[in-house]
Amino acid sequence: MEWLNAIVQGIMLGGLFALFATGLSLAFGVMRFVNLAHGDLAILGAFVAVSVISATGLNPFVSLVIVVPVMLAAGYALQLGAFNFTISPDPLPSILVTFGLGIVIQNVLLETYSADSRGLDVGSIEIESIRVTDAIAIGWIPLITLVVAVAVLGALQLVLSRTSLGRAFRAVSDDPPTARLMGINDRNLYAVAMGIAFATVAVAGVFLGIRQSFGPLDGPAQLLYAFEAVVIGGLGSVWGTLVGGLLLGVAHTVGGQFEVTYGYGSGPLVGHLVFLVVLATRPSGLLGRRAE
Amino acid sequence: MTGHRVTRSDRQSTAGLAVSAVLLVVLFLLPWWDSDGSLRVPLVAILYYLALAQMWNLLAGFAGLVSIGQQMFVGIGVYTLLSFAEDFGVDPYLSVLLAGLVAAVLSLPVAAFAFRLRGGYFAIGTWVIAEVFRLIALESDFLGGANVRTLTRESLGGYSLDTRNTVTYLMALGLAAGATAIVVLVLRSRLGLALRSIRDNQEGARGLGVSVGRAKLAVWVISAFWTGMTGAVILLHNPSTRAESAFSVLRWTALVVFIAIIGGVGSTTGPIIGVAIYWFVREFLEDAEEWRFIILGLIAAAMAIMAPRGIYGLLQKRWSVQFFPVRRKLVGPGVTGPAPGGPAQPVAGTGHPSA
Repeated sequence: MEWLNAIVQGIMLGGLFALFATGLSLAFGVMRFVNLAHGDLAILGAFVAVSVISATGLNPFVSLVIVVPVMLAAGYALQLGAFNFTISPDPLPSILVTFGLGIVIQNVLLETYSADSRGLDVGSIEIESIRVTDAIAIGWIPLITLVVAVAVLGALQLVLSRTSLGRAFRAVSDDPPTARLMGINDRNLYAVAMGIAFATVAVAGVFLGIRQSFGPLDGPAQLLYAFEAVVIGGLGSVWGTLVGGLLLGVAHTVGGQFEVTYGYGSGPLVGHLVFLVVLATRPSGLLGRRAE
Repeated sequence: MTGHRVTRSDRQSTAGLAVSAVLLVVLFLLPWWDSDGSLRVPLVAILYYLALAQMWNLLAGFAGLVSIGQQMFVGIGVYTLLSFAEDFGVDPYLSVLLAGLVAAVLSLPVAAFAFRLRGGYFAIGTWVIAEVFRLIALESDFLGGANVRTLTRESLGGYSLDTRNTVTYLMALGLAAGATAIVVLVLRSRLGLALRSIRDNQEGARGLGVSVGRAKLAVWVISAFWTGMTGAVILLHNPSTRAESAFSVLRWTALVVFIAIIGGVGSTTGPIIGVAIYWFVREFLEDAEEWRFIILGLIAAAMAIMAPRGIYGLLQKRWSVQFFPVRRKLVGPGVTGPAPGGPAQPVAGTGHPSA
């Protein structure tokens, strides 16, 4: 029963990982852009929520109304003003710019908010849960996170497959020069994609802050989990990202059951090892269309 | 015979080598005139950062392997030295060599996983694997990475403090000079030509018979070996450690990457310029580590957009300087060589400035 509970909790945690992975997957899919600051941007989003809440007294869920547009605008502006200049067949400049940006964000957060851990308080719902059996209870917060993740991924899939914006995304992804000939402004489209990526990662950051405490240096770990979810699920597959996130979540909670020497919990280690096994045996991911 | 030949040396690079040789002799003799160590002790950190930057640059600038996992080899070096010297009683200086060997051996399975990924995903993949090593060191009873461990006086043998300081300094100097020499020698070799052809066009290089996988693996192992030894010397310099600091991405990869970008990725002189700038920034912001990361990070990110070849690239564009003899040039009748101040004439295989 303990193990079954671990699996159920893992699926809930996986929702958060999938939410983190969405933006990373979108930016790579549309413009082959790998944003190494992705995790730090999530933490930045959570800290923006901290400031918004302390200024307005809003509930963290409601604070998303301010946090998400702010981060969306930041993503749009950063892509137009900086990231677009690094797009080339050589991946080095984009890696260096986003890696540098991530380190700068971490240290600016350290200077502004100190190294103390924070949390986003949503009131009594935090400890309320649905009791399924005697041994299994599903918390409302993890459940809402999973539902939001499925909703965000579903909306993204709809946008990509049904709208003219989605068609344009797919066109620049397949062949930018031809897309330009067809009248698509690819630079602006990249900025829109990055804006959406920033918005989704801000949602992920706020949900992380509601679920657990966080600090300025927690970004890289979130980047690694998001990346693992994308690769496990398969590059270029929206639902693969969800499957990857869920599998990684289960690996974390099941791995956390093992006794470890100093009580650090071996969840992240087991998660990394599951990722490496998938990388070695199915490099194109569980639902991937092609090897990359 | 037409009298044409390919040369890699010219007056500039010969002068460059002479300057390097003089500088090296002065630095080598430093312990004998800097008796109180006021110059030597801070220099050790500069020297090991130069070694780390050259090794990262060899991977990222020449082989297209942008690693964000260099901290794994530093950490492996640190814990190999600790284990051999503390737990098995091996001579600490011999253990430095063993640290390099262990890092080189472990780099092979790492490559088996990481080489399945390309570009940005390779970068994050190496970071994940470095995390695996950090977590193993953290959770292992034997390595004891969760607590602070110190290289004790007993395991440092009968060496006096003064001897230890001098040897650590000379080892750091050897690692820095050696790392620079390795990059120059690799670039002058067949391997160097193969690497640059891969960097410029991987599929084209493969088509011409370059064994892409083997060339990349070769520099990967070389870099791991040298970075592992550097990690061991870092522990000799600063003998207390725990897994968080031995496997720190900020210290052993981020700072190293910033140094290399600011100085110039893809050139052997770049990291030397970068490490000099790092020294300067460190002197000014001695007690403000966060601000050091913010300032160096912003400069590096701006450089990556506006001057991807760093300060050295800017200098080269302006004056066509070449400090180390690594660029192949055609000379002979009818070939106009680079006039002083004029643009250089790169020959096939040297598409990027890389002196």
